[in-house]
Amino acid sequence: MSEGIGARVLRKEDKRFITGKGRYTDDIVEPNQAYAAFVRSPHAHARIVSIDTSAAMAMAGVETVLMGPELVADGIGNIICGWGVTSKDGSPMNMGAWSALATEKVRYVGDAVAIIVADTKSLATLAAEAVVVTYEELPVVVGSLQALAEGSPQLHDNAPSNLIFDWEIGDLAPTDAALETAAHVTEMDITNNRLAPNPMEPRSAIATFNDAEDHYTLYTTSQNPHVARLVLSAFYNVAPEHKLRVIAPDVGGGFGSKIYIYPEEIACLWAAMKSGRSVKWTSDRTEAFLTDAHGRDHVTTAKIGFDKDGMIVGLKVNTKANLGAYMSLFSSAVPTYLYATLLSGQYNIANIYCDVQAVYTNTVPVDAYRGAGRPEACYVIERIMETAAREMGVDPSELRAKNFVTSFPHQTPVIMAYDSGDFATNQKQAQKAADVAGFGARKAEALGRGKLRGLGYSNYIEACGIAPSAAVGSLGAGVGLWESAEVRVNPVGTIEILTGSHSHGQGHETTFAQIVAERFDLPTENIKIVHGDTDKVQFGMGTYGSRSGAVGMSAIVKAMDKVEAKVKKIAAHVLEAGEDDIVIEGGAVKVAGTDKQMLWHEVGLAAYTAHNIPDGMEPGLKETAFYDPTNFTFPAGCYICEVEVDPDTGVTEVVQFVASDDFGTIINPMIVEGQVHGGIAQGIGQAMLENVVYDDAGQQLSASYMDYTMPRADDLPNYSVHHASTTCPGNPLGMKGCGEAGAIGSPPAVINAITDAIGNNNLSMPATPAAVWTALQAVSSKLAAE
Amino acid sequence: MYETNFHKAATAQDAAALLAKTDDGKILAGGQTLIPTMKQRLAAPSDLIDLSQAVALRGVTITKRKKMGIMKADGGETITIGAMTTHAEVAGNTELAKVCPVISGLAANIGDPAVRHRGTIGGSVANNDPAADYPAALMALRATIHTDSREIKAEDYFQGMFATALADDEIITAVSFQAPALGGYGKFPNPASRYAMAGVFVAKSVEGDVRVAVTGAGDNGVYRHAGLEAALSADWSTAAIDAVEVSADGLMSDLHGTAAYRANLIKVMAKRALV
Repeated sequence: MSEGIGARVLRKEDKRFITGKGRYTDDIVEPNQAYAAFVRSPHAHARIVSIDTSAAMAMAGVETVLMGPELVADGIGNIICGWGVTSKDGSPMNMGAWSALATEKVRYVGDAVAIIVADTKSLATLAAEAVVVTYEELPVVVGSLQALAEGSPQLHDNAPSNLIFDWEIGDLAPTDAALETAAHVTEMDITNNRLAPNPMEPRSAIATFNDAEDHYTLYTTSQNPHVARLVLSAFYNVAPEHKLRVIAPDVGGGFGSKIYIYPEEIACLWAAMKSGRSVKWTSDRTEAFLTDAHGRDHVTTAKIGFDKDGMIVGLKVNTKANLGAYMSLFSSAVPTYLYATLLSGQYNIANIYCDVQAVYTNTVPVDAYRGAGRPEACYVIERIMETAAREMGVDPSELRAKNFVTSFPHQTPVIMAYDSGDFATNQKQAQKAADVAGFGARKAEALGRGKLRGLGYSNYIEACGIAPSAAVGSLGAGVGLWESAEVRVNPVGTIEILTGSHSHGQGHETTFAQIVAERFDLPTENIKIVHGDTDKVQFGMGTYGSRSGAVGMSAIVKAMDKVEAKVKKIAAHVLEAGEDDIVIEGGAVKVAGTDKQMLWHEVGLAAYTAHNIPDGMEPGLKETAFYDPTNFTFPAGCYICEVEVDPDTGVTEVVQFVASDDFGTIINPMIVEGQVHGGIAQGIGQAMLENVVYDDAGQQLSASYMDYTMPRADDLPNYSVHHASTTCPGNPLGMKGCGEAGAIGSPPAVINAITDAIGNNNLSMPATPAAVWTALQAVSSKLAAE
Repeated sequence: MYETNFHKAATAQDAAALLAKTDDGKILAGGQTLIPTMKQRLAAPSDLIDLSQAVALRGVTITKRKKMGIMKADGGETITIGAMTTHAEVAGNTELAKVCPVISGLAANIGDPAVRHRGTIGGSVANNDPAADYPAALMALRATIHTDSREIKAEDYFQGMFATALADDEIITAVSFQAPALGGYGKFPNPASRYAMAGVFVAKSVEGDVRVAVTGAGDNGVYRHAGLEAALSADWSTAAIDAVEVSADGLMSDLHGTAAYRANLIKVMAKRALV
């Protein structure tokens, strides 16, 4: 079957996307629609003294101006973090109150103070400017180390020293003991820079309240509309679930930033009820920088010890995680269970200890961004392995290889149990593709042209396919992380798949159809994927954590199992054969070894006419399944980056980037390669280009594309992408996630390559030309001093 | 964007007449800076007077140098570029590329294709962005800025970041300069905006006068670099530049680089301008 598993089927959704026929939230127009604009704090930390809305209210065409106290009085609940993390001392995390519209204090620039509803967008914006807010400015803190320091400004009364939690994992005493007796110890300070997610489509919402039915509808840019409805209903008290429909239509990218329920959607729903108008809000790019949850922002110290043979004996890590002004929906999980549990990397490490202090600062809230915790872990372990190899004078790939985990399952000391992998094969394949043997000659040739050439590795592993519900529940998650699917075979034999996964660029309409085509031997043309609407799809946990394949598709497989069983029963009954003799192939349901068959659509029709089905069988051909994974999946691979640095300017060109990944079973290689390309682009972006910068007053200096460097085509190399797969034993298709791997694995490879080229290991991300040049000056002045 | 009144003017005279009637009107000469600024609600002109239909302000004319009444073919041509000539038109003019390739190359590397097809030389010069490319070129080429009321030497025209000698109601009609005997432009683009972080324009006139103008790096817009001019006057070579101490004083420091880094870039870009 040319469209089944492993086929490079072109994306079915692309025709509408590239011809402008997509239907995004902002494209939707409701009758009686009005527009919202938000009054936002220009200060990073201030007390609200008074708000004068009289001028705004007096403007013709302004429907209403609504503020925090009224929202609270109407019973709209505070925005919550849905994952409880417990501190070392057993105390729960200190979650500060976050009202969708600020009541007493504002805590970051962009914090919403009031919502305007007006006839036009332009009028709403003008009215927002006409609202006069008097603030009493308070001292500001933006860095996590400064926020923890004594006497620093306090954001939330219930979080002394701005500490949200002080969490630990692993065993401290044996780790300290191992490091004390180690033959070699490498110690590093490692910063993981803060990033803005920048999906192509900014966030948008349109809320409608039907007072006759007491029912709300919300179109929104969400990666997980059912989770949005659940949280809006259960925690924010907007409406009970059966009176709230959430639709996430075409969504133009998310990278994590569209998982969360933000103040704007809550305020639009509430304002729709208060004003009687449909309320639309679409973020502009500046608002996106100011309010979309940021990613990363870790400050870490790490220490790794080796015995005399170069075997790792222990790893000790301390991380300060900046969570911004408020705790976003999954913010607590990112620097803990999605981070420290991956610190074992691809290696046998008997002793690991990590503690993490999560901190409030006067900055945009930080939450999951492509990779979410795992890029930070990979960066720590892969930077320190490379550094240790340099210090010990051994080949960095050999030091890694001798420490590889080689037998599976492998229980690490930090919760994760790796189920499969072949790290050595991926490393060898990457080394061959990168022609590592020829690097010396290339370096010499580059030097002849005045360029410094360097090579860096990253052997990443990550945990995705999020996640076994009971396991994450025991770690504090407020939700289960299963997925559901419904397979509807229509009377004419075409198939609709209703999935709780959500596609916002991943190509589910293509890949999900491929697994159905494979199972029932049908063309993908006959299969439709339905997602993103709580009124259509039974339930679902959405798309993030590279879970749509391993979890979402597994649910479809389980539902297809049930459909297949029923199809065989009907065919066996009609064809007067045994069920075990029935096979499905070539668009027909056959009795094996005979010429007796029903065409596929005839089975569908038989099920729905119900004129001749087995006694006691229910009519119809529609099955639902919920699939709960038994483990995370563990994609892993080896990335090798080669760079050339211009020593005069610090300009660094990525001249070669090789990826060898283990994603288990691959449904559509073209789409998987696209995921790897995009992931590496974001990884190179983090490593060399992107950086959110605040000044001391808490103003973002990088809040536009004039100053925030997005990766562009000419910043990126042609990727050399390879696969060496081991089957994942944990799910029926043998799949591992591929959506985040590129972003997780690539940053350390880039920095390891640049530091190799310039001979100075003291280099932070992003390695801009100025940063690289400055690091080079440090080397040359050191050489001059010697 | 705040609401504004939009007008089209067929000539500079019409534009001036329209402008005189407005409270706070602005000339729209391509809008590659003004429109984004308005979209960010950082500018709110009452009226926009669009010059894109003013055909007389478009185009490049090249006049060969006369020596004792006889046309000479070997450099020193006078180049006049109409204010509404787009960067793409400057970059794509084949005659200009023959007599002054450095200007063609500079124009071809401004912004991106969309910017180059809307943005104009007059708009760039009127705005005088401290990181724009044309101000360095016009300063180094000893250009003349022609307006609807007078002619201004580049030297007098550029008066610090976003500041020029233009009166509020004055409209640029053209710029003119002599093709240099030797000239080059070295530009280091800001990684994010791709404006110059340091752009160095070096020019030696047919009379042998050397000028070096720097954009992007100074903390008050385009300026001439005396040290580089002296060195290149004595010896037009990269070795001469190597011997120059470029001070970081008066240079900009921001999240993209320190003043020391920009000082280094000035030197490196000056050398690359020569090659």
